[in-house]
Amino acid sequence: MTVVVKCAGVGRTYPGPPPVDALQPADLTINRGEYVSIVGPSGSGKSTLLNIIGLIDRPTSGHYILDGVDVASLKEADRTALRGQRIGFVFQSFHLLPHRTAVENVALAQLYVGPKARQRFLNAAEALAKVGLSHRAFKMPNTLSGGERQRVAIARALVNQPALLLCDEPTGNLDSATSSMILDILDQMHADGYTIVIITHAPDVAERADRIITVRDGVLHV
Amino acid sequence: MSRRSRLSLRDLFSEALSGLLQRPGRSMLTMLGTVLGIGSFVAILGLTSTAAGQIDKRFTELAATEVRVEDVGADRVSHEMSFPMDAHDRVMAIDGVVTAGLLWPLPLRNPTMSAVPGMGASDEGLSLHAADPGALEAAGPVVASGRLYDAFHEGRAERVAVVGAAVARRLGIQRLESQPAIFLNGTPFTVIGIVSDLRRLPDLLLSVIIPTATALALYGPPIEHPATMLIETRLGAARVVADQVSIALRPDAPNRLKATAPPDPRSLRGNIAGDLNALFLLLASISLVIGAIGIANTTFVSVLERTAEIGIRRSLGARPRHIAAQFLSESAILGTLGGVIGSALGVIAVVAVAVLKSWTAVLDPATTLAAPLAGTIVGVAAGLYPGLRAARIEPIEALRQ
Ligand SMILES: Nc1ncnc2c1ncn2[C@@H]1O[C@H](COP(=O)(O)OP(=O)(O)OP(=O)(O)O)[C@@H](O)[C@H]1O
Ligand SMILES: [Mg+2]
Repeated sequence: MTVVVKCAGVGRTYPGPPPVDALQPADLTINRGEYVSIVGPSGSGKSTLLNIIGLIDRPTSGHYILDGVDVASLKEADRTALRGQRIGFVFQSFHLLPHRTAVENVALAQLYVGPKARQRFLNAAEALAKVGLSHRAFKMPNTLSGGERQRVAIARALVNQPALLLCDEPTGNLDSATSSMILDILDQMHADGYTIVIITHAPDVAERADRIITVRDGVLHV
Repeated sequence: MSRRSRLSLRDLFSEALSGLLQRPGRSMLTMLGTVLGIGSFVAILGLTSTAAGQIDKRFTELAATEVRVEDVGADRVSHEMSFPMDAHDRVMAIDGVVTAGLLWPLPLRNPTMSAVPGMGASDEGLSLHAADPGALEAAGPVVASGRLYDAFHEGRAERVAVVGAAVARRLGIQRLESQPAIFLNGTPFTVIGIVSDLRRLPDLLLSVIIPTATALALYGPPIEHPATMLIETRLGAARVVADQVSIALRPDAPNRLKATAPPDPRSLRGNIAGDLNALFLLLASISLVIGAIGIANTTFVSVLERTAEIGIRRSLGARPRHIAAQFLSESAILGTLGGVIGSALGVIAVVAVAVLKSWTAVLDPATTLAAPLAGTIVGVAAGLYPGLRAARIEPIEALRQ
């Protein structure tokens, strides 16, 4: 079984004053195709962990190997490339560009990766079709419902076929009916073989994952 | 290992453009300062060169090689002109003189002029002049038919005449083979030449011109309407010749002659590009600086507003340099557009003024074409700081907002 995420003693301390040990040194392994949920009270360090895994943040201690690459030894440019090509993010507040259509927002994920504009557009349209949003491809985000916006964000996260899909409270801003539609899509992605990590406060959301990790006061309970 | 992130120039340009088009109104307003600055630069430089061009047109090589000497001491008592009899030889001895000669309007009141003896019809529009062969030559004649009189005619005080084409037409002279005569107050003169132009003395085209020796013999020396000496010099020699000619002609009484040289073209142009232009150029520079600050300010505000976008792009694999390039391109495009629009307005202003004043618009292609480029430079300079600031924003900070 292939290991996608391997953390050994990874911790994060925000320099103060006063210094905050947001994440105590922890070990964590996530295999390819796993669906993992992270739960825990507010401020416990869930996002800190996810940002480190997603190469948005650097750990202050420990080793992190992503998809076989020792990240600590990488130059910033290579970290950035890895982030863009192997990781897909889905955020609670969608984070779509307001002045771009749905399909343009999805295509943006390949802007720095390489395909030509036309190919980017085709790939984006395909990703939108996967989340059932082909009919909204040319709509602006502010004309879309919350659930539709989050589906655009998922399409954007998937268009590069990342090794790891990271979702930080993806249903936090959505009602339960819409949430379950989003979770159905994630289940589908899981079935397709994607490796998914999802942060949530809702127990029923966490239950849908293969494995639940609890974070409390910066300490991981695997 | 993943291939490093990249961003093609084309994609960079289209990203920057759509960034600007997000807020078209703001982009337009931001450009205004650059438009004004570049526009005034082009307009001021264009108007200056256009005005200078008017002088250039008048101040041709022809004028630059011309010196005139006026007789300011013609003596009514001794009834003598100030020019000595050997004036021609004395002038020709000066270095730099090409040709020279005397001319004056004939002192005839109500002359009658006709192609038929005894007709006696006085002709209002026509005038009579005496000019020696040197003066004729220096006048820059274009001979339409026949020939000019020369030293031979002058030496023998022949009764010959050269007339302008219009005069010939009015007197009914068409062909010179038959040696047509015209009668001035009854005295016959043989017309031996018709000139279609006298470039230095265009007013003499409406004149009957006879040799000075003939005029002296018939009508006496020019006192009431004093004589003028017309000198053609080599290029660049006019001022030196003008300085020397009075003394060369009348070493005993140089004050009786007054030489006029063409104005220095440089000082002429200097007058036009005077203090006012310096002031306007200063104002244009100020508005250009304000334009740059405007672009810098707007770009900076848009960096702050679009922090989330920066975070998203970074999470999608954009490197700091890609972020910097994007904002830099946006400001460069703003500056370039401002430069293009400003140049166009400046050119329009110059052409409009030229049309109103019936001038020929003169625009230096170098400045006109460089103006949009100056806009680009303003835009790039303005975008440097905001671009670098944007590049330094950490994705984690940007996404937290
Ligand atoms: N840049 C920072 N500087 C200092 N402290 C920080 C910084 N970012 C986060 N923290 C602190 O680290 C701790 C963990 O934060 P984190 O965002 O990981 O919590 P979380 O579990 O995601 O909470 P929530 O459920 O509310 O999103 C918190 O105490 C937070 O205040
Ligand atoms: Mg969080």
